[in-house]
Amino acid sequence: MSRPEHKAPPEIFYNEEEARKYTTNSRIQSVQAEMSLRALELLNLPDETCFLLDIGCGSGLSGEILDDEGHIWIGLDISPSMLQVALDREVEGDLFLQDIGQGMNFRPGTFDGAISISVLQWLCNADQQSHNPKSRLTRFFSTLYASLKRGARAVFQLYPENDDQCELIMNVAMRCGFEGGLVVDYPNSKKAKKYYLCLFAGQIPGGQKQQIPQALGEEKEEHDVIYSNQRIRERQKGKQRKSVKNRDWVLHKKEVARTRGKKDVPFDSKYTGRKRRPKF
Amino acid sequence: MLQCHVKGCNSNNFPLQLSDVEIEIQETDFNPKFLRNMLSKLEWNALVKTALEINITTLPNVLPNDLDEEFLKMLHRVLLETHIKQGQMICPNCNHTYPIKDGIPNMLLSETET
Repeated sequence: MSRPEHKAPPEIFYNEEEARKYTTNSRIQSVQAEMSLRALELLNLPDETCFLLDIGCGSGLSGEILDDEGHIWIGLDISPSMLQVALDREVEGDLFLQDIGQGMNFRPGTFDGAISISVLQWLCNADQQSHNPKSRLTRFFSTLYASLKRGARAVFQLYPENDDQCELIMNVAMRCGFEGGLVVDYPNSKKAKKYYLCLFAGQIPGGQKQQIPQALGEEKEEHDVIYSNQRIRERQKGKQRKSVKNRDWVLHKKEVARTRGKKDVPFDSKYTGRKRRPKF
Repeated sequence: MLQCHVKGCNSNNFPLQLSDVEIEIQETDFNPKFLRNMLSKLEWNALVKTALEINITTLPNVLPNDLDEEFLKMLHRVLLETHIKQGQMICPNCNHTYPIKDGIPNMLLSETET
């Protein structure tokens, strides 16, 4: 599958035609909605109206989900066409035309949380000569860290190109003070596999330590055969069983043979049915 | 809520000054709990100053101690229902102007400023 990041920079790739796709294509909409809901779930917000940041809001598809949940949000995007679509759709949030690689200019501690759907991989590209992915990521994460409330979470859904990219993003985020990690949903499915980078901007003062949430699709499937050690148990039982072929058994067999008239039955003696030494 | 993010512009960069503004009022639902949470994040003096720039004089100069319904309603009007349609924001320190068009501020910087 070709990656959109390789075609053009985001402000050019998301032109009017691409923006139109996001409003007319129901599949894109449902996928976006699903990912937004999952990101919101990972944010683990308290049950009240929160002030959220939607990074790379595009046409406001994810913002609509935030509206439905009763939150108030601010959206950032670099593509004017996508923002125009958002305006046409009359989304509730305030919109900003902004390059997140240049950092954000919000006051410290403004937001209760941040979500971002399919954005972070764009930052790993150097579209202009002056662009350096690492310094852009650093600027992004450090300004984001500042604008989040202490203990707030930021959840990024991303499509990393390779492990190096993942590692770069994680490293920069950790260096900027974030804690947290990567949550991979449905790791065994090629299509449903989704990467969520779940970051905590510090810990809640006096609260309990935040844990990385559990990924979906990792639990055991029900039609698995349950492990049983019955066969091994029985094999061990066999070893404990004693031989029945002792002296009495030999004498009994010979007696039976004689009564049936067999001729060459050996005589009984004190050596009958004796144990053989190992050196024999 | 916004400060100038031009590199090297670190002091006296808040609040951004507004000029040539066109205002629109959009009704939204009133949520007192959210506003109370919001209040701790705001710098009251900056808000009053900004509000005066766009000719809103309803806010008191000093943040009142008891947050009654009437005060919150007023705050709701200023914070959530007032939208700036056109205009520009100017950084008081480095004089960078951020144009606002159709309610979307353009926060892009040129290459030399990043």
